[in-house]
Amino acid sequence: MLKLQGIAVSPGVTIGEALVLDAEGFRIPRRFVERSAVDTELARLAHAIAETSREMEQNRDRVRAELGEQYAAIFDAHLAMLHDPRLQQELTAAVRDRNWWPEYAVSRTLRRYAKVFQSLDNHIAQRAHDIYDIEKSLLRNLLGQRRETLAAISQPVIVLAHNLTPSETANLDRRFVKGFATELGGPGSHTAIVAEGLEIPAVVGVGPFLADVSGGEPVILDGNEGLVILQPDEETIARYRLEEEAARTVAARLGRLRDLPAETGDGVRVQIMGNIEFPSEVEQCIDRGCDGIGLYRTEFLYLTSKREPTEEDHFAAYSFVIQAMQGKPVVIRTLDLGADKMLTETMPEEERNPCLGLRSIRLSLRQLPMFRTQLRAILRASGLGDVRVMFPLISTIVELRQAKMVLADVMEDLAEHGIAFNRKMPVGMMVETPAAALMLDAFIKEVDFVSIGTNDLIQYTLAVDRGNKEVADLYNACDPAVLRLLRRSLDVAAEAGVPANVCGQMSGSVMFTQLLLGLGLRQLSVPASAIPEVKQACRSVSVADCRLIAEKALAMDGAREVKAYLRDQLRRLLAETVA
Amino acid sequence: MANRQGLHARPADLLAREARRWQSRIELVADSQRVDGKSILDVLTLAAEAGTRLVVEATGPDAREALEAIGSLFDRNFNEHAGSQQT
Repeated sequence: MLKLQGIAVSPGVTIGEALVLDAEGFRIPRRFVERSAVDTELARLAHAIAETSREMEQNRDRVRAELGEQYAAIFDAHLAMLHDPRLQQELTAAVRDRNWWPEYAVSRTLRRYAKVFQSLDNHIAQRAHDIYDIEKSLLRNLLGQRRETLAAISQPVIVLAHNLTPSETANLDRRFVKGFATELGGPGSHTAIVAEGLEIPAVVGVGPFLADVSGGEPVILDGNEGLVILQPDEETIARYRLEEEAARTVAARLGRLRDLPAETGDGVRVQIMGNIEFPSEVEQCIDRGCDGIGLYRTEFLYLTSKREPTEEDHFAAYSFVIQAMQGKPVVIRTLDLGADKMLTETMPEEERNPCLGLRSIRLSLRQLPMFRTQLRAILRASGLGDVRVMFPLISTIVELRQAKMVLADVMEDLAEHGIAFNRKMPVGMMVETPAAALMLDAFIKEVDFVSIGTNDLIQYTLAVDRGNKEVADLYNACDPAVLRLLRRSLDVAAEAGVPANVCGQMSGSVMFTQLLLGLGLRQLSVPASAIPEVKQACRSVSVADCRLIAEKALAMDGAREVKAYLRDQLRRLLAETVA
Repeated sequence: MANRQGLHARPADLLAREARRWQSRIELVADSQRVDGKSILDVLTLAAEAGTRLVVEATGPDAREALEAIGSLFDRNFNEHAGSQQT
């Protein structure tokens, strides 16, 4: 058994067969050949080896001509390894005696060598890359046109990969993919957000581990603790089966909350909205009885396609969500990406500090044609339901006014062309910089609603990049500085009579529900998976108690103290609920 | 192992090629590790650095000739100059 620690990015536990994808997305299942087919399969293996050898010779000759003998030598080494008699014997024996599928034999055998090399404390360790290269070439020749990809999965698996792009993650078939783990990646990465949206357990940043596992082997994925367990023993499997079962029971219990309102013990109605990224997630929010979509992130439109999305791409996605919500509010946030992730040709030079650079509304205001395209689509969709638009990362009043001006301009344009839209579409802003929180009394006069994005607010208030391991422990939602900015923002909004919402991970964690209600919040926007739990928490508290809790927490000096206190209060609440 | 870069890919390849010319079984021993001298992959797993003491063993009808041939590879330092590049 091998336990690997990664970063938990999407909760849940699952047990299943591994599907291993290498950097090129090959999928190597553990498969066996019929005894009668052994000779055919051996011939196929021999053919693949011959083809691979021919390719290597061609590469060697080309490189020799272009770069010289010294560089060509690397291919000589590859060829020598490929034709290693011991390797050939092992491959043949694996197919003939153990009846392994040639693909599986190649993958298993070469990975074993790669692993030995990797373990050497010597420059030979780099030879592991050569072994992977040889594996890849052999597999390409073996699989040929029959190459299986992620899109063609037809049975339940746990995907193990070097890395998954957001679009690969988004295209995972939820019917079959029970979870995934990757060698690369960090928290807050787009892949992580997508995984949470798909509601499958996910662990990223595990480090190199693909050499230790082959397709078809049993794997346990623990998205709560960030663990990947290879070759689990019986006892561990049994323990996780119990955990899987318990989670199903809890889910069933919370499922009964669907049609009940989020109303506190003393009769205060709280709105619980869903955060979505992909249009399809709207179904999960509806299934759990949400009161609307509080945060519709639109980045996926830009990330899952190779070209910039057209107005029709935007419109199709928005109308799908709006129609599914049947008159309930849908808050669409305009593009919130950094320049580094964009496809535009006018890429600025590499930024030294992208979080403080050209991103989000700043980028939109710089790329006006792109911004106008998105606003046109939002406006056209505004007639289909209760649509609201929200600008991210506002830090000065000038930005807010500029964004509103572009919106007004696009409205004029649509009106001129006789295209229908809702002229009274509510316009809001996100509060996610200390500047916005401190100046909210000025901003609030010019918006119809605000939404507090706690992830960025914490990062900018505490000057901490939570993706940076060295300082991630300083990133803490319980920090009194964050709580004070939250209180100020909610107070200003309440005084002005402007609806306020909190999105971001803080609102999805029940540890903060009492605090947030106590600070006066009446609308929370959370991931679909968190809706039942947060609703349950709202139904188990009274606003009067919450106010006392908030008052006490706000009087504390340190994050640790606040965290301990909120944990205690949550424990007390859970104990009461169970009793 | 006199070669400055140790028994890296190129000398390992030369050694395995030479070993395969003979009928005898040829094995390399370093510390407690014993590998097949005819397999470059196996030889590489020795990760023999410069200065490592290697024992070459041959068993079979042409063992003596094989040992002489392989020994001369070591004597010639695998045809590498002291400052040559690692491959």
